[in-house]
Amino acid sequence: MPEGNVPSEQVKLSCRNVWKIYGSQPQQFFDGTKGNVGDASAARDLAQNIRDSEHIVAAANVSFDVHVGEIFVIMGLSGSGKSTVVRCLSRVVEPTAGEILMDGQDLLKVSKSELIEYRRHKMGMVFQNFGLMPHLNVLDNIAFPLEIQGISLKKRREKAREIIDLVGLQGREASFPSQLSGGQQQRVGIARSLAVEPELWFLDEPFSALDPLIRRQMQDEFLRLQRELNKSIVFITHDFLEALRIADRMAIMRDGEVVQIGRPVDLILNPANDYVKDFTNDVPSEMVLTAGDIANASRPLTPEMGHIPADTSLATLLPYLADNEAGIMVRDGDGNDLGAITARDVVKALATNAPEGAGA
Amino acid sequence: MTDTTKMQPMIWFALAGLSIALFLASGSLPALNDFPDAWVFSPTDFMNSLMGGFVSVFGPAFKAMGWLLEWPVRWSQALLEFLPWSVTTAVFVFLGLIGSGWKLGLFAGLSMIYMALIGYWDESMNSLAIVLISVPMAVATGFIFGVLGFYSNRARKIIVPILDLLQTIPAFAYLLPILILFGFGTTVGLVASILYAFPPMVRNTILGLRAVPEEIIEAGIMSGATPTQLFWKVRLPAAKKQMLLGLNQTTMAALSMVIIAAVIGGTNDIGWEVLNTMRKAQFGESLLAGFVIALIAMSLDRITHAFATKPKEIVRTGPNYWVIAVLVIAVLAALSTVFPFLRQWPEALLWNPAPTMNAALEWVVINGREWIEGIKNAAFFFVMLPIKIGLNKAVSPFTWGFELTPTLTLGYVGLVAAGMLWAAVKRRFTLAAIIMLWGVVSYIGLTEMPWIALFAIFVYAAYVTAGRNLAIGTAIGMAFLIIAGVWPESVLSIYLCGVAVLISFSLGTLIGIWASENNTVSSIVRPIMDTLQTMPLFVILIPFVMVFKIGEFTALLAIIAYAIVPAIRYTEHGLRNLPEHVIEAADTIGCTRRQLLFKVKLPLALPAIMLGLNQTIIYGIGMLVITALVGTNGLGQRIYIGLGNGDFGVGMTAGIGMAVIAMVADRMTQAISQRKQEQFGLVQQHI
Repeated sequence: MPEGNVPSEQVKLSCRNVWKIYGSQPQQFFDGTKGNVGDASAARDLAQNIRDSEHIVAAANVSFDVHVGEIFVIMGLSGSGKSTVVRCLSRVVEPTAGEILMDGQDLLKVSKSELIEYRRHKMGMVFQNFGLMPHLNVLDNIAFPLEIQGISLKKRREKAREIIDLVGLQGREASFPSQLSGGQQQRVGIARSLAVEPELWFLDEPFSALDPLIRRQMQDEFLRLQRELNKSIVFITHDFLEALRIADRMAIMRDGEVVQIGRPVDLILNPANDYVKDFTNDVPSEMVLTAGDIANASRPLTPEMGHIPADTSLATLLPYLADNEAGIMVRDGDGNDLGAITARDVVKALATNAPEGAGA
Repeated sequence: MTDTTKMQPMIWFALAGLSIALFLASGSLPALNDFPDAWVFSPTDFMNSLMGGFVSVFGPAFKAMGWLLEWPVRWSQALLEFLPWSVTTAVFVFLGLIGSGWKLGLFAGLSMIYMALIGYWDESMNSLAIVLISVPMAVATGFIFGVLGFYSNRARKIIVPILDLLQTIPAFAYLLPILILFGFGTTVGLVASILYAFPPMVRNTILGLRAVPEEIIEAGIMSGATPTQLFWKVRLPAAKKQMLLGLNQTTMAALSMVIIAAVIGGTNDIGWEVLNTMRKAQFGESLLAGFVIALIAMSLDRITHAFATKPKEIVRTGPNYWVIAVLVIAVLAALSTVFPFLRQWPEALLWNPAPTMNAALEWVVINGREWIEGIKNAAFFFVMLPIKIGLNKAVSPFTWGFELTPTLTLGYVGLVAAGMLWAAVKRRFTLAAIIMLWGVVSYIGLTEMPWIALFAIFVYAAYVTAGRNLAIGTAIGMAFLIIAGVWPESVLSIYLCGVAVLISFSLGTLIGIWASENNTVSSIVRPIMDTLQTMPLFVILIPFVMVFKIGEFTALLAIIAYAIVPAIRYTEHGLRNLPEHVIEAADTIGCTRRQLLFKVKLPLALPAIMLGLNQTIIYGIGMLVITALVGTNGLGQRIYIGLGNGDFGVGMTAGIGMAVIAMVADRMTQAISQRKQEQFGLVQQHI
């Protein structure tokens, strides 16, 4: 669970009815509609129609908002269109239709040179296979975006050195990418994407190429960095558990369409359909459910009860409840008591949310 | 596909039957066997008048261009002649040292000293001077076309076929139009070597730029790179390694063409020296000069290759050799103004072992005469002649010691029939049909085969291996050869090259298998192959001409020596680079080493081995043309004659003929390899 920063309500990036169609004449389907073709079912019909006319639908009617300071995760299996969507956000892939509003400005309307300015100063991106320049050493790789901006060698190296400290690569400045481990290479990738101090930070499966132990470690470090930097983030992954660990909110994609958007816990408690449910089944509920989710207001509160914050996960509660039959009080951020929880409540909640066939 | 597969044996049988029928019927109607002269429509006059017209209009422009191009060559020749030998040697030593290490430095240095020692310094420098000018020009040309081909699909569709053509037209054939357009002089060598050397640079540029991972490009875009920045700061540096490999290939091609260009004469360079001495049967001198070429080739190859593959250093360890190099060279240059022996290699130190070598050679040839003749005759009478003119004519009391009586012929038919029966019993009907065809061709002889039958066989073979398009292409190409009146020469070329390829491929595959299973063999074979492959073509001729004199057998050996290299190399590489998990699985199942080789490794390495066959054929054809120098008949000789007489039509017709054969053989073998690769799910990057 992300801790610390609370994302603000202010929208940083808004992706509205974005479509990406591949084929001979992708434009023909969107005459002046800006991608807004009506409600969800109308969009689905259009997508099917497009597929039937020998075009490929990589992204269909994708809409979501990313708030300032929020980690927004797009999760989907390979081929679901998640990588296309994140590339549409920076117009590395040109969307066929839709709007991409950054601070209210539609990126699809800006000129090529303005777009380059946006990329130079406001966006950073991390790639699955790192995308490092093989001919540059670590320091110059990190300084590369600054070089592109025409910043002098001395200044950009100075800046790169600062960031090297941030990602813990001190001492490897002169190494070349081929001489680094995967984890170290991705640190370089992260450092490079942060060199221009972007407001928007795109991460495309940044840890998928790493082995599990390193992946876990990198996730922790990513969260630590985010607490420090408070960027607005779009994070792509195919790993549902990774999404749960880091997401403030997440979207699940399938066949180019967004299936569901919400907080991880919303998805687990109220999966929109069987597709989402298939993912949530594998998730240990005690990791996801919080005390606030199951606080029982009708239980009597007694003064001798301890109290815990509402966002405490059930997993951390279990040892306490094992020893305290009376249960525990749950308090929200404003100090209001939401109710109490007993061991029985937890067992009940876990039983209802258990995978099919395992109970219920 | 199944339908045509079922039809296959039938059609092969039919083709064999057709061959017999036409052969028998040709007694009364010779046109069935040999394409009648009256039907020949030779394009040579047309080509000559076309070229004449072209020259009369554009000639002055080309002459002017030639005049312009001559200057840089003169300057570079003047420079290399002016530089003291000690300075040039030092330059090479340091290039080797910085590129790879002291071993290469030493090698390059000793190579240079050898040139001075045997008194071929000036000739060597003259050749090197042309290379020095042609390489940058070829690289620039190649780079421009490569970038064009990378960015524009339409441009690539035009460029790639032209490259294919330039690389399949035999080196000799290049010289002719250039000679006519530019006139005699060093320019011919320069232009030819640029034309011959730029294609690999184009290919490697396209390949390198294409191979840059998408994410690296995206990282560049996300950093806010403009398209120009993206090219110069992202794509180009990331593709640099591949492009340096292109530089290496370009250098080698340029050198090889500069050497070949010596056949037009009039230049005082090392290629001319080899050729001239070889013509005068001064084999000692020829070998010494050939050795110079080999050393230049190896030095240039190793040095450019070393710079191409040089790993990046984190921190420079040791002294800065560039600085030391400049210092040492400056000191040597200064000293050589005081000490003449550093500028000009002293006469007293010249060494000429040629007379001794000639004497030794003579001794060997005289004393080993029986052996030499024995080997030559055995190969000629029992292998080459039967394939060339068929058992029908090859078996005579003079060659085989007996007459081909009707009884023997019947026995031969029985033997072939038995082979077919055996195959038929095993239900391998295509094999049975092929055995029959083989039997027929061996009896009649390749050059005596009725032209209609041969035409049909080639076209059908193209259809079976690569499909309809190639069959049509083959038909058109063969029709050109027939109508242009160079069919007999073409068949002679196919025969000689075919025999050589057959031997090279069988022998090469065996050696390749051995080398893949045995590290000692591999480490012995590898440097020999490296040397053979970097050797400019006609240097390879020298040792064979020395012993076996001129003739087809010498040519055969030379072609084999050159064409065996890819067969060995691809086989070993294919066998050694199979997916680890497959080998492990086979081991776990309990394969013996033998089973592993025959049941797992060889079938899986088949695509690579077939690619080896492809290269063997291409190498074979490349060498075939050069062997015209030692008196082979066929298309190569026609090219040579055209070159000698300045007859554009004759040379070009033969050159195109050679290219047709090369392209058909190339596409057929490529198709087989590709099909296997797709079957195995392997992907190969190819431009």
